[in-house]
Amino acid sequence: MPIARSRSRLGLLAATVGLSLLAAACSSSTPSTTSTSPSSTAASSSPSSTTNTATGQTLTVWTAFSGALGATFNHVVDDFNASQHAYHVVAVYKGSYSEVLSDTIAAFRAHAAPNIAQIFDAGTATIMDAAGTYEPVHTLMAKYGYPFATSDFIGGAASYYETAADQLDSLPFNSSTPVLYYNKAELAHAGITQPPSTWSQVAADAATLAAHGQRCSLTSSGAYVMWTDMEQYAVWNGYHYATDDNGYKAVQGVKLEIDTQPFISHLALLGSLAQKGEYIWNGVATSTVPLFTKGTCAMYEQSSADLTTIEAAAKFPLGITELPVVAGDPAAPQNTVVGGASFWVLSGAPSSSYRGDAAFLHYLMSPTTQAYWASHTGYVPVTNAASSLLRSQGFYATHPSDLVAVKELTNKPPLSYTRGIRLGYLPEIRDAEASAIAEVLAGKESAAQALATAQSQGDKILAQFAAQYGG
Amino acid sequence: MAFSHRVLPILLLLPELAVVGIFFLWPSVQAIGEAFQETNAFGLRSHFAGLANFQAALQGGYGQAIEVTVAFTVLTAVASMAFGLFLAVQVEQTGRWRTLYRTVFIWTYAVPGAVAAALWLFLFEPQIGPGARLLGALGVHWNFALSGPQAFGLIVALTVWQQTAYDFVFFSAGLQGIRTDVLEAASLDGAGPITRFWRVVMPLLGPTVVFVAVMDVLAALFGSFAVIDVITQGGPAGATTTLVYMLYRDGFQNGDVGLAGAETILLFVLAGILLAVQVRVLNRRAHYR
Repeated sequence: MPIARSRSRLGLLAATVGLSLLAAACSSSTPSTTSTSPSSTAASSSPSSTTNTATGQTLTVWTAFSGALGATFNHVVDDFNASQHAYHVVAVYKGSYSEVLSDTIAAFRAHAAPNIAQIFDAGTATIMDAAGTYEPVHTLMAKYGYPFATSDFIGGAASYYETAADQLDSLPFNSSTPVLYYNKAELAHAGITQPPSTWSQVAADAATLAAHGQRCSLTSSGAYVMWTDMEQYAVWNGYHYATDDNGYKAVQGVKLEIDTQPFISHLALLGSLAQKGEYIWNGVATSTVPLFTKGTCAMYEQSSADLTTIEAAAKFPLGITELPVVAGDPAAPQNTVVGGASFWVLSGAPSSSYRGDAAFLHYLMSPTTQAYWASHTGYVPVTNAASSLLRSQGFYATHPSDLVAVKELTNKPPLSYTRGIRLGYLPEIRDAEASAIAEVLAGKESAAQALATAQSQGDKILAQFAAQYGG
Repeated sequence: MAFSHRVLPILLLLPELAVVGIFFLWPSVQAIGEAFQETNAFGLRSHFAGLANFQAALQGGYGQAIEVTVAFTVLTAVASMAFGLFLAVQVEQTGRWRTLYRTVFIWTYAVPGAVAAALWLFLFEPQIGPGARLLGALGVHWNFALSGPQAFGLIVALTVWQQTAYDFVFFSAGLQGIRTDVLEAASLDGAGPITRFWRVVMPLLGPTVVFVAVMDVLAALFGSFAVIDVITQGGPAGATTTLVYMLYRDGFQNGDVGLAGAETILLFVLAGILLAVQVRVLNRRAHYR
């Protein structure tokens, strides 16, 4: 899940302001969505041409893909549009993950929803439990005759998005999982030959690195430390994150289980490292990528989706390995789950558009599309067919780093409580956790105090969700 | 001539009434309605909730948000008025460079909040920004991303930096409105510069002070959104979450319309009380001519 609300956006801010002024200045008559050439403007005066043009019926897809990811996704979309003429998919970048979710909600309430929206992992319960908002993908695919089964998808991706009845209401798409990146040069300089595989080794290595002048040994994802160090930490080590199998079995009465020893000791460890400057995290708004790629910190817990970015920026031999586990925990390592997003088909569109939605989703999950997507981004292929296609093409032989995420996701078949985190308003719960983490790292509160607060805030959020969705 | 005395006024008022009706009254009624309902994010299910949303609002960090908002409002209003008045008085006393000084001091208000925030962010980005390095060299362990007081201080400083310029404009205008013969008369009566300022200039500036104070409070309450959203997003741990920012987060980011509705009503009541008290107290001291 690489799409953060990071500061890198800010560079664009001034440009955006300027551009919007320009746009306002020259906003003439054409609210052009299709084409601006004079001939088509003239042609569009015919009454039928709003959605059904020569290029087919328009299907709008809202995404959070910008930059290189946006270009890769647009390439996929262009290929789909070229492959048939009945539908024309238009991918629209709507901002960060949470902006796509909030815009989709606002648009749905205003009866102007896109055909398909990319909803991130943490927003899954918020839309899944709002029955009537979406057309479940598994029924849609069955209706239009496309082969589709939950078992087509790799373990960690299927489990994260499946319903209690093991069905997929949405199409898992961009999927990644956190891995441990490390700076081979800095570790070697301190005489460390193997990256740490347990958290106690992380602490020991941090001391060794500090003794050799490498002050910061570890940093985590900026926007998603709650994802790497709370959610994935739970499933990878086999801990319960919330009651009712992390919310998979119920909406009413679900409570967090983060005010418990495993989470307290992990956060306490990060806090004690942070006090010595050996662990750095600067709030959800600050990207931590430069801390690692510029050599400030020797190791980095970050999404596998950032692999290409990190590889491009790192000027040192880069190592990638599985996340550390808790030493002495017999269940660990269990499995990680995907982060990222899935595609939801929204209700309320003209009935003729659903066949097109199904065709597009079918195209997205085809082995060739998935193989193209996975090999051009840091994401894992979400279907088993695409996974074996990449293997047979020898992709993993030349790109062993890409295999780490796949290995974590499929390490063991998920247990009932390591399928994923299915909690309503999870983004808000993550906010509460981010506050707790900030308090501990700043040395203002103990891990136990901070997590107790986060737990009680989170439980209130869950109760609110239950009242709104169940009543 | 063609219009009767009854139709014309209504026609002339209509555009304004439409704007107020559509953009103020209708949403307000909606918000009040939502505040008493529990609705799922997509608005498909809703039921009457009584005061549950108000209860949730008051429990969920509202106390901290009120503290942050009050501290922020008082600090920014007092500091920008003090700086604005000080600069205005100093500039009034300069000779030929007066226009240049005025332009320079008004300048910062011409920078849109979001752009100013982006600039300050570049300056004070922990570990990287030049301002952050300078502070580091001075021995300050600067990291506003983790330190609540530092984040709050940064937002206050930026708001004061901008709002001072606004206050400066009005204080300059107010000072020019004071007739020189009054000041000369005071001089002849033996009043020194300090006495003249406190006994003559300040009372005559009264109406300007009231106006500027009200505008500063409004700017702090409702205008600080862009700066907070760009720099801290209300963090760390709620240290810069003002009531308006909380409202935005709950209503627009989290899609909790009922909770946001309840928070809107609470904010409306709070802001109303604050401004009513302020205008009453300050008006008592102001001398209108």
